[in-house]
Amino acid sequence: MSMIRVENLKKSFGNIEVIKDMSTVVEEKEVICVIGPSGSGKSTFLRCLNRLEEISGGHVYIEGVDITDPKNNINTIRQNVGMVFQQFNLFPHMSVMENITLAPMKLKKGDKKAIEKKAYDLLGKVGLQEKAKAYPGELSGGQKQRVAIARALAMDPKIMLFDEPTSALDPEMVGDVLDVMKQLAREGMTMVVVTHEMGFAAEMGDRVLFIDGGYIVEENVPKELFGNPQHERTKAFLSKVL
Amino acid sequence: MNTIVNAFPYLMEGLQVTIYIFFIAIILGFIIGLVVALLRLAPLKILNWIAKIYVDAIRGTPFIVQLFFIYFGLNSLAWISLDNTTAGIVTVAINAGAYFAEIIRAGIQSIDKGQTEAARSLGLNAQQTMRHIVLPQAFRRMLPTFTNQAIISLKDTSLLSVIGIADLTQEGRIQAAATFDAFNVYLIVGLIYFVVIYLLSMLASYVERKFVLR
Repeated sequence: MSMIRVENLKKSFGNIEVIKDMSTVVEEKEVICVIGPSGSGKSTFLRCLNRLEEISGGHVYIEGVDITDPKNNINTIRQNVGMVFQQFNLFPHMSVMENITLAPMKLKKGDKKAIEKKAYDLLGKVGLQEKAKAYPGELSGGQKQRVAIARALAMDPKIMLFDEPTSALDPEMVGDVLDVMKQLAREGMTMVVVTHEMGFAAEMGDRVLFIDGGYIVEENVPKELFGNPQHERTKAFLSKVL
Repeated sequence: MNTIVNAFPYLMEGLQVTIYIFFIAIILGFIIGLVVALLRLAPLKILNWIAKIYVDAIRGTPFIVQLFFIYFGLNSLAWISLDNTTAGIVTVAINAGAYFAEIIRAGIQSIDKGQTEAARSLGLNAQQTMRHIVLPQAFRRMLPTFTNQAIISLKDTSLLSVIGIADLTQEGRIQAAATFDAFNVYLIVGLIYFVVIYLLSMLASYVERKFVLR
């Protein structure tokens, strides 16, 4: 069974049709990078995958479960789909440790000690164990984003969604965050990454989706998509960013 | 000077009543405000309207009219009987509740949408998100405005003297009449209110420093 299956997805904001018709499939352990010009609908596409945006038409299946069906509990499905945001969205009134443990404490039946131990291990994974007691306001952008990744991982998701995770970072911070993502990809996490980091897409992507004008214009392995783009729009976009 | 010394214990009794009424009314008012704010933001239109009508009705009428309506108006109905203290507490609570509702609503709406999205993306439901993420941040942010309204409500309790509640103002009236020294009695009454309100705002800024700076 595919991890994610998108069928004829449509999304409108009022009269503006942002996603016109998109279909794709993401298999287990695949890393999918989504690129495209700003305003093309790539972030909206990602946000439809965990229904942060209400879907206007079509279907999205997560592990075979249709998330557009109101009978299916979206909160339970979201526990398996972690998300990392461009603006980090850490909870500023909670320490790093509390940020990471909040959801597992409320949603998983486990004892506090074990959950905190695991949070601590995750902080080790993103290289920030010494910041467990710090508050988000005391962290740099890159550290915030790594905490945000640890927070998402604390729920043991099967899929991780990244919405331009390095776009709000100072250039010298980008590497640390990408390194964490690369490690995650190597460990076999299924990932969908909306990104402007073409280097990351080329290196880590199993497939790259080029989105423009509300459609998935082109979808291919990075070598082909970057090296031998088929569509004019893909060529035009790549000529500007590469 | 003697008149003041004699009047002072009575004024202190009045102050106790004032503080007692204020304390209960402000807690009730806060609960009303929280519920109304959540109704205001609820996904159901009819609930929004009910909340809005309540807030507009309270904001659009004088406190003293609300007090008379609840004490004299409601009591004129056969099946309701409120003593003056209860009517006073209820009026202050309902009045403060409307203003609190607007403060809390604005506080909730001021919290970045990304906070809610992050919490929902982790699998927390709407109630958990409101309780653990949005409200704690909103309350920190609304503390100054909140203190302001609490001070206004404390001063409003002085109007309860007109329905015979023996609060600080009412005791002041009695002592002013008994001692023929209205100048000094009301000066002291004013000073007592001032000190209480000053202490209240000091407490608020202490809480603010403790929680907001982070």
